[in-house]
Amino acid sequence: MAQVGFDGVTKRFGDTTAVDDLSLSVPDGELLVLLGSSGCGKTTALRLVAGLEEVTGGTVSIGDRVVNDVDPKDRDVAMVFQSYALYPHLTVGKNIEFPLRQRGTDKEERSIKVKRAAETLGLGALLDRKPAQLSGGQRQRVALARAIVREPLVFLMDEPLSNLDAALRVQTRADIVELQSRLSTTTLYVTHDQVEAMTMGHRIAVMSDGRLQQVAAPEDLYARPANAFVARFLGSPGMNLMEGMLVENAPATIGAAGTGRMLHSSMAVTFPGASVSLPEKVGDRVRGTGPDVILGVRPESLRLAPMGSIAATVVIVELLGAETHVICQSETGARIIVRQPPSATKPALGEAVRIEVDGDAASYHLFDKATGERLDRE
Amino acid sequence: MSSVGDAAAAPGMAALAAEELGAPGASGSDAGASGPSHGLRRRLRKEAGLAYLLLVPVLVLFGVFSFYPFLRNFKLMLYKTPPFPGLPAHYVGVKQIWPTLTSTQFTQSLVTTIVFVVLVVPLSLILGLVLAVIAHRKLKGMTVYRMIFSSTVVSSVAVASVIFGTLLNPVVGLLPWLGINPTPPALESTTWALPSVALITIWQFLGLSFIIMSAGLQSVPDELMEAARIDGAGAWTRFWRMTVPLLSPTIFFAVVVSTIYAFQAFGAVDILIGPSNAVRLHTNVLIYNIVNTLQVENNPGVAAIMATVLFLILLGLTLLQMRFLERRVSYAR
Repeated sequence: MAQVGFDGVTKRFGDTTAVDDLSLSVPDGELLVLLGSSGCGKTTALRLVAGLEEVTGGTVSIGDRVVNDVDPKDRDVAMVFQSYALYPHLTVGKNIEFPLRQRGTDKEERSIKVKRAAETLGLGALLDRKPAQLSGGQRQRVALARAIVREPLVFLMDEPLSNLDAALRVQTRADIVELQSRLSTTTLYVTHDQVEAMTMGHRIAVMSDGRLQQVAAPEDLYARPANAFVARFLGSPGMNLMEGMLVENAPATIGAAGTGRMLHSSMAVTFPGASVSLPEKVGDRVRGTGPDVILGVRPESLRLAPMGSIAATVVIVELLGAETHVICQSETGARIIVRQPPSATKPALGEAVRIEVDGDAASYHLFDKATGERLDRE
Repeated sequence: MSSVGDAAAAPGMAALAAEELGAPGASGSDAGASGPSHGLRRRLRKEAGLAYLLLVPVLVLFGVFSFYPFLRNFKLMLYKTPPFPGLPAHYVGVKQIWPTLTSTQFTQSLVTTIVFVVLVVPLSLILGLVLAVIAHRKLKGMTVYRMIFSSTVVSSVAVASVIFGTLLNPVVGLLPWLGINPTPPALESTTWALPSVALITIWQFLGLSFIIMSAGLQSVPDELMEAARIDGAGAWTRFWRMTVPLLSPTIFFAVVVSTIYAFQAFGAVDILIGPSNAVRLHTNVLIYNIVNTLQVENNPGVAAIMATVLFLILLGLTLLQMRFLERRVSYAR
């Protein structure tokens, strides 16, 4: 068991900076998800921990040991690859046994451990098969068994579910979470799938362009994204971002939700043809910033209402069964997505609607237009 | 839902497949279906005709230069040519086969060839593999080395032989310059003449062996090696437990191909040793022997018998290697 630390880690390939000044600490036993779109540096970060790449600058540590110059085989980490990287000429049993053999574990202990790992992952009957004779899901489990068999300090998983079909992915996702919590082994899990990240991670580190954008627990990441990138990246669909001007003493045109509570303040975000008043709590936090801001509101915090503050036209209506996404275009041309419960009346295409932000202060996210950073920090 | 769709699609697909194959009756009781099926068969027949027409040039070339000589060879075995030029060959049946096979000229030649193959094949493959593994690393300037390593494949036997002949020359060569001056010179020594010819052949094979092994290495996924590294395997273990088993299809192919080539070595022997050299009997590999028998001794019957033996050896070796090695080869990726 060990924590993993990145301290000012930079990795360059020629002129390309894959990981840029990454500082991050993963406490013992945590499952940390590295989330980002392809090419954001998340896999490189993982490979730096494995020792498959050498850092250009900074230090990587496992436990109390700086491992910059330690060979992969001496780092005591186990990695699950996207392609599983099973040894095609060895049977399932020999595949799982391989890391033990390399560490000079004696034969009796090896066979006990292989058996135990295989049973944990339901591979007991497949030990004599070759990888080519297995299904994708079975191969994936062999890769996991090979990782857990020698009880490493750290698990490194590089998109281990992306080659599985949707149903199996959901199942295996739960299996990995269960396995990790039972073994309490520190785990770094790389994915581009935010659903995986949200459901699996104790914490999520969002990366973009080699830089760490934010690291937080899933609920915090969703509720208080640190910048416009994270706001848009997380959530399906992502947060609506509307560029506007932060003004004081704006004429409070139309109130935010008719809940009866005093939500009006002297702060508002104005757009051409519309103005959204901010709840007092939010307004107080952002007073003095701006004036160029981005107002972010999650689709579920919006609803169509005749008295809504934003005028828009319905472009697409997506029926998803449990909910409906109404995609609208505002007068400024911005796309605004409204998530409706199934009971709500569905608007017609091309219909002129008005959109209202619900009154909860947590529904309003304000970002600086130039830097994208969150303005209403606590 | 999908099973309903599949069931609905299946009969249609079957009919389509049957029609494409031109299977009679498969299109069901529908009388109209036999019409297009007939037309299709006619078209297929026409296409087959065109295919054969397009094959004619190749068949002619193979026929003239491969199949006819190959078959003619079996006929030659049955005729004896008198040792005086001008006299006609006469039919002797299988009578001269056994004496030829038991003659020292043939058995010595066979042993020499086998020694030659044993010297050439393993060494050229091992060296090729080692060079390929070295060149597989992602280092700067590696392309230059790759080019150098594979360059021997484009050098001709004649040029290589002349170069090596010069290097081994007792007066102007590299060996005397290095202070090594065996007496008799390497190419005139009964012990060293064959290894010297083998050395040149190894050098010549190295390029091809390197290219084949490099191609094999490219097809081994990097992730496998990375997984092995993380799992604790050092460079040596990775080579023996990963690279070699994963390359076994490639190695198998290289063994078959280079054995066949080595059995047919001729050029280097012809150029470096020559018919007047005293050690010629110690380097008398099969092909050289066959050519000598045919051209110098003017004895096509005996040459044909030896050629047939060589053919059978190569055929047997290929089959044996395939059967034996196939079991240890992991084709699955």
